[in-house]
Amino acid sequence: MTTTLTVNTIARKVQAEPDTPLLWVLRGELQLTGTKFGCGIAQCGACTVQVDGQPVRSCVTPLAAVGVRPVTTIEGLQGREITALRAAWTEIDVVQCGYCQSGQLVSAAALLKAKPQPSDADIDAAMNGNLCRCGTYPRIRAAIHSAARRLLAAPA
Amino acid sequence: MKRRHLILGGLGLGGALVLGWGLLPTRQRLRPARPLPSSAGQHAFNGWVKVATDNSVTVMVPKSEMGQGVLTALAMVLADELDADWATVRIEHPPIDAIYNNLSTVVDGLPFHPDNHSALQRTAAWMTAKTMREIGLMMTGGSSSIKDSWLPMRQAGASARAMLVAAAAQDWAVPVAECRASKGVVMHAGSGRSARFGALVEAAAKQPLPDNPTLKTAAQWTLIGKPMPRHEAASKQDGSARFGIDTVLPGMLYASVLMCPTLGGSVATFDGKAALALPGVKQVLAVPGQRGGSGAIAVVADTPWHAMQAVKAVQVTWDHGPAATLSSAGIQAQLSQALTQALAQDDGFAYFKHGDVAAALKSASRSLTADYHAPLLAHATLEPQNCTVLVVGSSAKSAGGFKAQVWAPTQVPGLARWAAAQALGLDSDQVQLNVTLLGGGFGRRLEVDFIAQAATIAKALPGVPVQTCWTREQDSTHDFYRPPCVARYHAGFDAQGKLIAWQATSAGPSIIQQFLQRQFGLPGAGPDKTTAEGAFDQPYEWPTAKIGHSIVDLPVPVGFWRSVGHSHQAFFKESFVDEAAYTAGQDPLDFRLALLRKHPRHAAVLRRAAAKAGWGQPLARHSDGAKKARGIALHQSFGSIVAQVAEVSLDPADPKRIRVHRVVAAIDCGTAVNPNGIRQQMDSAVVFGLSAALYGEITLADGQVQQSNFHQQPLLRLADCPVIDTEILPSTEPPEGVGEPGTPPIAPAVANALFALTGQRLRSLPLKLA
Repeated sequence: MTTTLTVNTIARKVQAEPDTPLLWVLRGELQLTGTKFGCGIAQCGACTVQVDGQPVRSCVTPLAAVGVRPVTTIEGLQGREITALRAAWTEIDVVQCGYCQSGQLVSAAALLKAKPQPSDADIDAAMNGNLCRCGTYPRIRAAIHSAARRLLAAPA
Repeated sequence: MKRRHLILGGLGLGGALVLGWGLLPTRQRLRPARPLPSSAGQHAFNGWVKVATDNSVTVMVPKSEMGQGVLTALAMVLADELDADWATVRIEHPPIDAIYNNLSTVVDGLPFHPDNHSALQRTAAWMTAKTMREIGLMMTGGSSSIKDSWLPMRQAGASARAMLVAAAAQDWAVPVAECRASKGVVMHAGSGRSARFGALVEAAAKQPLPDNPTLKTAAQWTLIGKPMPRHEAASKQDGSARFGIDTVLPGMLYASVLMCPTLGGSVATFDGKAALALPGVKQVLAVPGQRGGSGAIAVVADTPWHAMQAVKAVQVTWDHGPAATLSSAGIQAQLSQALTQALAQDDGFAYFKHGDVAAALKSASRSLTADYHAPLLAHATLEPQNCTVLVVGSSAKSAGGFKAQVWAPTQVPGLARWAAAQALGLDSDQVQLNVTLLGGGFGRRLEVDFIAQAATIAKALPGVPVQTCWTREQDSTHDFYRPPCVARYHAGFDAQGKLIAWQATSAGPSIIQQFLQRQFGLPGAGPDKTTAEGAFDQPYEWPTAKIGHSIVDLPVPVGFWRSVGHSHQAFFKESFVDEAAYTAGQDPLDFRLALLRKHPRHAAVLRRAAAKAGWGQPLARHSDGAKKARGIALHQSFGSIVAQVAEVSLDPADPKRIRVHRVVAAIDCGTAVNPNGIRQQMDSAVVFGLSAALYGEITLADGQVQQSNFHQQPLLRLADCPVIDTEILPSTEPPEGVGEPGTPPIAPAVANALFALTGQRLRSLPLKLA
């Protein structure tokens, strides 16, 4: 069976059964390994991708549930928000082991899109589903605020 | 004395091996047995650095990157001595070679107090270093990377710099002493000539290896001591970084495993027919438990999802093995009994004795006794255990003549290669091992159970690369857990309230005994420093003291969990110091300082953390009106000294919910190579320790771990993460450990704060208010 999936703006034909979680289609057939496997039950957020701009846990999102909506992974994420976030991530030197960071950035980009000037409470709410075993949380919070300042300084 | 002779006796065996193989000078750590693999234009100056005609400098870092920033810090050390241009620095892992064996960890593993600089201690340390040079392991662990590689990497950089400068001087016919190097360029001031490293490299590589290259003084360092950003950061922001699980090879198949739910059990019988009928399934096999792991069923399929689904369809009966009746309550009873017996019969091994503690306790006007407990803990690396293996088919030939290739996120490349080779019936040198990035390590990847397992699975499909990846459920239930431990502390005070006696006794399983058994088949025996570290090797100047541990054999696999014995012993010790301070009617800070009169570095760290945290000053209520309180702890581990002050409150909406708002940390880790990395590691160690202190607990029923995934084994999340404020004390001492020393003090700092807040003394982890 073939399904057409739009990933990072490109229509891809995939063979996976419709109940296959999106994560394994991305990591397996499409070899987009930037999206990580951590728990398989939407507890850690390492597998976060955007579907139609919304952050979703791809490990519990069946291929069939995606339909024609565009999927964006860390490899394909573009725009002001992720550009500001990557600059802030570099400035503050956020990452450690890095395994959770694709998911962190995908979640943070969706947050800034929805709320370009998030409060600490907004950050808590948007980022609480993304575990980091290395403890980069203080720098993630600081970097999201820094990215928000960058967005303010350079309006679209 | 008898036991000390025993230790030296053991070293004598290694020492004899060393003498047989020849005693080598330290600088011998510069030359690998085989030349480094180099690409066109690259020249290896020694085993640690290649310089290329395109001016790039490739630093060979033999330590695994698991988030601790070791690639950056060690490249800084070498690049500084080389006077390289940091912008041209690349980093690679070298092939396995004895020059990269980790000496520091094993030397630090000797059961001596850090203040013990006796001839016995020096002899043992020297002989152990020489022994490990020959028979040791490449290893990233024990917070040892910088101290282990500090000297050879500085020598390697300085040696290559000397060769580049010599080549330039020769070319320009000027004295070497008149030339200097800076940022990848050699210059001669008199003639104004200069040349980039790339232009000099061909001639420089032909220069003789200098015997004793001059190392820079601290004042000459340009990179060491500067806060440098992580070298590989960009690749971790765009998804291009490759962890073990990201290994992709042409034609690769995927294996999923289901291990015996009882730790250490094996497959009795299985029927794979139903699984084989499912889409994409290529093979179903039983895999024996190896290197301390449990027996498993493995399904190999065309996609990871197919393999994960199909393994559930295999019909299995298990042989549950000796752990089948093990429960948390049973473990607790066994440890408590061992503790009681150790105290009654003066059993166990005394790691530290000073004065006559029994007499002091007997003469005490006032005494204090407390029992502590710490549970099993899982590592929970966010990247589950995985390993990719390609066994070269009989007709095919691989590059380099290897019969198998392994890609593994491992902290022990040599041991991992050997484990794979043994599983495949090959010699180690027939196997090529590629170390990937590690999605967390924390000691879990010092074990090689998953590597032997992956090799066994790939052996069934020669010529086909197979990636074996565990689910989170398999990872949580088949770890090598932080050992459970119980302790009983006694303190005695004289009529004036002055502390006169300190006794600590603990009981729990030995990691080292189990590790030697599962890796080398050696029967576990003798003392194990990791059981009592954190209790006996501390700076406090007890008037009298006795600190011992009794090893209890348990059929549950225990392993090295970030900060190892320190992780729980620090909780016991620093909680009891706090209890003793209150009993003596003294401020917990003053009480500690009075026991550190001969330890100015420790006192300075403690004072710094206290001052920065505002110790002794009023603490404002939280914005929701909740009362806050502070707790303090001091601990020395892996050569570094850390003090932490935690500020806590209880959630008014849920008064048993502990909140940690702020942690102030001070660290003296000797020379701070990369202050940015040190701050990251303090954040990391505090968060890691808080997950354990607030939630961490693995329980067993019928020998089976009851926590399968993050819903049952919570980790600290962003919203609950405190502000972490780190102060690095300046020091010119040699660099010490950084990855682990921040973890031990956080649990007692929080527990001590909770006592100050509520009057409840919590003596069991995780911390739960009554």
